[in-house]
Amino acid sequence: MSVVDMRPACKPGDYKSDIKPIWCPGCGDYHVLMSFTRAFAELGLPPENIVVVSGIGCSSRIPAYTTCYGFHGVHGRSLAIAAGLKVTRPELTVVVASGDGDGYSIGGNHFLHACRRNIDMTYVVMDNHIYGMTKGQPSPTTEPEFDTALSPGGTGLRPFHPLVIALASGANFVARCFSGEPNETAAVLVEAIRHPGFSFVEVLSPCVTFRPDEKEWKNYVHPAPVAPTSDPAKAARRLMTDDGFNTGILYRGDRKPYQPSVGQPSIDVSELERDFEL
Amino acid sequence: MSAASEAPKVKNLADLLAVAYQIEADAVDRYNLLADQMETHNNPELVAVFRDLARAEGIHRDEIRRLAGEVDVVAHAQRMAKWKRGESPEEANLGDAHYLMTPWHALQLALKGEERALAFFKSIVETTKDPEIKRMADEFVEEEAEHVNLVHRLLRRHPKPAANWSSDPDPPIPQE
Repeated sequence: MSVVDMRPACKPGDYKSDIKPIWCPGCGDYHVLMSFTRAFAELGLPPENIVVVSGIGCSSRIPAYTTCYGFHGVHGRSLAIAAGLKVTRPELTVVVASGDGDGYSIGGNHFLHACRRNIDMTYVVMDNHIYGMTKGQPSPTTEPEFDTALSPGGTGLRPFHPLVIALASGANFVARCFSGEPNETAAVLVEAIRHPGFSFVEVLSPCVTFRPDEKEWKNYVHPAPVAPTSDPAKAARRLMTDDGFNTGILYRGDRKPYQPSVGQPSIDVSELERDFEL
Repeated sequence: MSAASEAPKVKNLADLLAVAYQIEADAVDRYNLLADQMETHNNPELVAVFRDLARAEGIHRDEIRRLAGEVDVVAHAQRMAKWKRGESPEEANLGDAHYLMTPWHALQLALKGEERALAFFKSIVETTKDPEIKRMADEFVEEEAEHVNLVHRLLRRHPKPAANWSSDPDPPIPQE
């Protein structure tokens, strides 16, 4: 006999914990948190069936602000933790939160291989083109002309293009959103979570403290003028002329997600613990 | 932010009440969120302003609930009062918040919200063919116009701050 969940549908507020965010007022991450809770409510998922995994950085504080299960991991390793979780507990919805420093620099290699492995989870990177928590160092997506005491005359470095990398590495769903459009972002997250395989959603999320110029992003973003494609070659061609502010779903692939069969553990946890006994 | 074309479709009186309810409920949540932010960032004057705004919107929200009588506007709103693009009219833009903002800034956010709500209900009055919806939407137009006037009155008490309002003697400094 199947068990029917008779609880009333969750509202976005049901996914918000009592912990008050400490992000700077004006930070885009507030909106991203809102998009998370709206998407979860739209999907009708009970909070205990969702796990939000993160690494380190302003954006990675997000698990604590939800009532879902959370794992605030080490720097750049959120995808590794999430991958292990998803293959062992495939019934859970796994959403990974990161930032451009955590996700593209420290965790850059995990990003490539998570795309390649195509495990069924959703990776949301809140990109503000800066390391905000550690006071304004250039990140992989910082513009080459970003001129600070740490990067005099600009970094001179070509910025990392997350969507190009995700597509080339095999992500099964690729999208870009703007934090200032929380309902549009929530709608994309709903699709990303529903889509089988590894879904990558880049969210442009301004850092108002160390990049006040990013307040202008709201004037730059624009919905992509074409519908999503399932043809990776077409998606790649679109990215060649991308101005970095196209929003919406770029690519929906049909690659089968990677899900190894997980049998019974060959060793009991207590046996492992024995080696660490004092 | 919320043009009428992006808003939920109002097909009957229950829809209109649900949407009106949701607009006020969203405003309450948003002002409380801003008050929380100001609490965290030690701006007690703004905590009080945002809590007052939340309280005022809460009164409007509860009035609409009473006005709806037997219609369960809360449940109905949860089902249909969703903005697919943009946010609901009275949701203050979080991107405009600043840890040193003044009551004038808060009231500017409130004014924009009230003006958007006014425009929203006006658009319903202008486009609906249903006389019942038109009559009720017209009442909401009158109410929102009162709110706009009220915020203008409050703004006279809280004039625009000096240009250096965001100067911080101990600002967040990028690493050198």
